[in-house]
Amino acid sequence: MDRRQFLVTTATAGAVLPARNASAANATKETKEFVGVLVDTTRCIGCRSCEVACSEANGNFVPDVKSDNAFAQVRDTSEKQYTVVNRFKTDKGEVFVKRQCMHCWQAACVSMCLVNAMYKTKEGPVTWNGDKCLGCRFCMVACPFDIPKAEYLSWNPRIMKCTMCYERLQEGKRPACVEACPTDTLMFGQKRELMEVARHRVYNHPDKYVHQIYGEHEAGGTGWLYLSAVPFEQLGFRTDLGTTPYPEYTKPFLVSVPLILFGVPALLLGLSELTDRKKEVGESEGWTKTGASE
Amino acid sequence: MNNTAVATSELNRLARFIWQELKPRGKWLTPFNIISIPTILVGLAILYFRFVDGIGSVTNLNQYYPLGIWIGFDVVTGVALAGGAYVITFVVYVMRLDKYHSIVRVTVLNGLLAYIFYAGALTLDLGRPWHMVNPIIGNSFGYNSVLFLVSWHFLLYMLTMAVEFSPVVAEWAKLEKVRKFLAGLTLGAVILGITLSILHQSGLGALFLMAKPKIHPLWYSEFIPLLFFVSSIYAGLSMIIFEGTISHKVFKDLLGGHDQHHYEEIVFGLSKGAAITMFVYYFFQALVFIHEKRWQLITDAWGYWYLLEVIGFLLVPCFMFAYGVRNRVIGIVKVAAVLALIGIVLNRLNVTVIAYRWYDVVKYYPSWQEVVVTLMVVFTEIWVFRWIVTRMPVFSEK
Repeated sequence: MDRRQFLVTTATAGAVLPARNASAANATKETKEFVGVLVDTTRCIGCRSCEVACSEANGNFVPDVKSDNAFAQVRDTSEKQYTVVNRFKTDKGEVFVKRQCMHCWQAACVSMCLVNAMYKTKEGPVTWNGDKCLGCRFCMVACPFDIPKAEYLSWNPRIMKCTMCYERLQEGKRPACVEACPTDTLMFGQKRELMEVARHRVYNHPDKYVHQIYGEHEAGGTGWLYLSAVPFEQLGFRTDLGTTPYPEYTKPFLVSVPLILFGVPALLLGLSELTDRKKEVGESEGWTKTGASE
Repeated sequence: MNNTAVATSELNRLARFIWQELKPRGKWLTPFNIISIPTILVGLAILYFRFVDGIGSVTNLNQYYPLGIWIGFDVVTGVALAGGAYVITFVVYVMRLDKYHSIVRVTVLNGLLAYIFYAGALTLDLGRPWHMVNPIIGNSFGYNSVLFLVSWHFLLYMLTMAVEFSPVVAEWAKLEKVRKFLAGLTLGAVILGITLSILHQSGLGALFLMAKPKIHPLWYSEFIPLLFFVSSIYAGLSMIIFEGTISHKVFKDLLGGHDQHHYEEIVFGLSKGAAITMFVYYFFQALVFIHEKRWQLITDAWGYWYLLEVIGFLLVPCFMFAYGVRNRVIGIVKVAAVLALIGIVLNRLNVTVIAYRWYDVVKYYPSWQEVVVTLMVVFTEIWVFRWIVTRMPVFSEK
C-alpha cells in the first residue's frame, strides 16, 4: 500500500470520530434555542400576501395573486417560489395551508450533503450555500417533505428552498412572510414558546382544533409547526413520516465504517501472511517433530 | 553517459513509443464501430446542450425525480457490476489461489475503466461539477454524510486499482525498474481496495436509507447497505463470466495458445462462487421479507414485479449456476450469468428509479438523450478497453 494513501485514509477516517463527539458536545453546551414559525391554519384567509412578500424578499418570481387563479389546483413550492398557499375543501369548509421548508430539527438534507452546502445554522434555519454545492441533488432524495427544488434549466443550477429569511433574522427582523401576514396566522419565535402558544390554543378551544401539532414530533420535530381544525391528511400533509429524525436512519451504517476501515485490512493482512506458500513448511516440520507422536 | 543523458534518451524513446501506439490498428468498418461512432458523436452533441442549457434540457428529471438513469444505471448499477475486481484480487492476492491469476489483469482493467467511466458519468449529472473538488480539498467536510464517504472511497479505490494495474502499463512501456517498484505496491493496494469496496458498495445502498417514505416497502429495508454489498459479489463474478465469454470471441488471436480446459475450470470456479453468494443473498432477502412482514405486499403488480426480480432473476440463475457446475455444462452457467446480471440491473434500478416514488401517477422514464449518453459512456469505455488490451500485456503475462 502506498504510504501517502494510507495516511490520507487514516486521517480522514480518524477525523470522523472526534468531529462527531465535538458536535455532540456542542449540542449540550449550546444555550441558543432554535427558532421556528407557528402556522394556525384556522386563521388563514388565503390572501397569499406571504407568497408575494417571500418572493420579493428573495428575488424570486412574484405571483399575480389577484388574477392567476392559483387555488384551482394544489400547487407545490418550486424553483421559482419558496412558499405557496393552497386551498383544501374539508369537512369544515375551505382551509388554506401555507407550504415551505419545515426546517427540521435534524434535517435529512443537511446530513446527506457531503460539503455542508445544506447547513443547519445554530439559530435554526436550514440554509443553502451555492459556493459549496455540487448539484448532486441527493438533498432532494433525502427530504421527506420534498422541499429542495433544482433549477434544471440553468447551466449553473441553484437548489431553491426557504431559508426562513436567515439574512433578515441576522438583522433582527422576522421572516418576510410572517411580517406580511395580516391575520396573525404566522407567529415567529423559539420553538418552546411556540409550542406553549399552540398547546394553549388547543386547550382553550378543544372543539376547534384537532389535538395534534404537526411538526412537534414529525420527522424528529420541525421548526415550523401547524395547527388545524381538520385531520392533517385532509390538508395534504404526509402523516406517515414517523417520529425518528431522518439522519438516524444512516447512523448504523456510519458507525460501522471505522470498524470495517480498520478491521478488514487487519484481517486481510493476517490472512495473506497465513496463506503465503513461500513461507509454507511441510506438515512434518510444524509444531511437532517427525515421529514425536509415536 | 551521465544520468541526465540517459533520462533524456529514455524519455525520447517513451514519447516516440506512445506516439506509435496511439495510431489505430485493425479494420475500421466493424459492426461495433459503425454503431458506436455515431452514438458517441450524438452523445457529445447532447452533452453540449446539457452544459449550456442545463440538465433539464436533455433529461426527463424533475423536482420529484432528481435522479434518473445517469445515476441509477451508470453509477449505482455500473459500480455493482464492477465488483469483480475486488473479489478476484482477494482470491488471488490474499487467498493466493493461483488458478485465477490469469484473469486478474483483465478484471482489474475492467474494474478500473468501469469506475473511471461509470463513476465518471456522475460528473455529467452534477449540477455544478466544477465544485467537485470541494469534498476533497474543501474546508467543509460533511463528516456525517454517507455521500461524503462514498465519494472519498470512489476516489481512493480508483487510485488503488490504478496502482494494481500500473505494472502492466510499465511492462508495456518497457520500464522494468518502474514495473518492479509498482508491483511491490500491489498487495497493499489490494487490501485497501477490498476494504474500500466493502464500504462504498454498501454505501451506495446507504444513500437511499433516508428515502424511506419514497421507496416501495418491498425494496426498502434498513439492510439495503448489506444487501447491496452481498449482491455486488455475485454481480462482479457474473460480469467476469459474461465479459470473458465476449473477450474469448472478440480477442481470440490475443489469447494465443490459451488452454480451453483451464479457462473452463476458471469459469466453473467463478460460477460456484456466484451460486453460493447468490443463495446467501436470496436467504438474506427472504429473512428481510419475513422480518418486515411483507406477505400482504406481494399481491399487486408491485408484488409480482418484486417476485420476478427475486425468483426469476435471482433464485433461478442461482440454481442454474449450481446445476451447470455440477454437470459441467458451460452453456448453462453463461446463461445464468446473463440472468444474474439482469437481476442486478433490475434491483438497482428498482431502488433508485422504478420503485422510487412508486405512488406517483406520473412516473419518470428516461428521455432518448439520457439513453444515448448512457450508451456513449458504455461504448467509450469499450473503445478504451479495446485500445489497451490490443497493446498492453493484459491477457498474457510475460
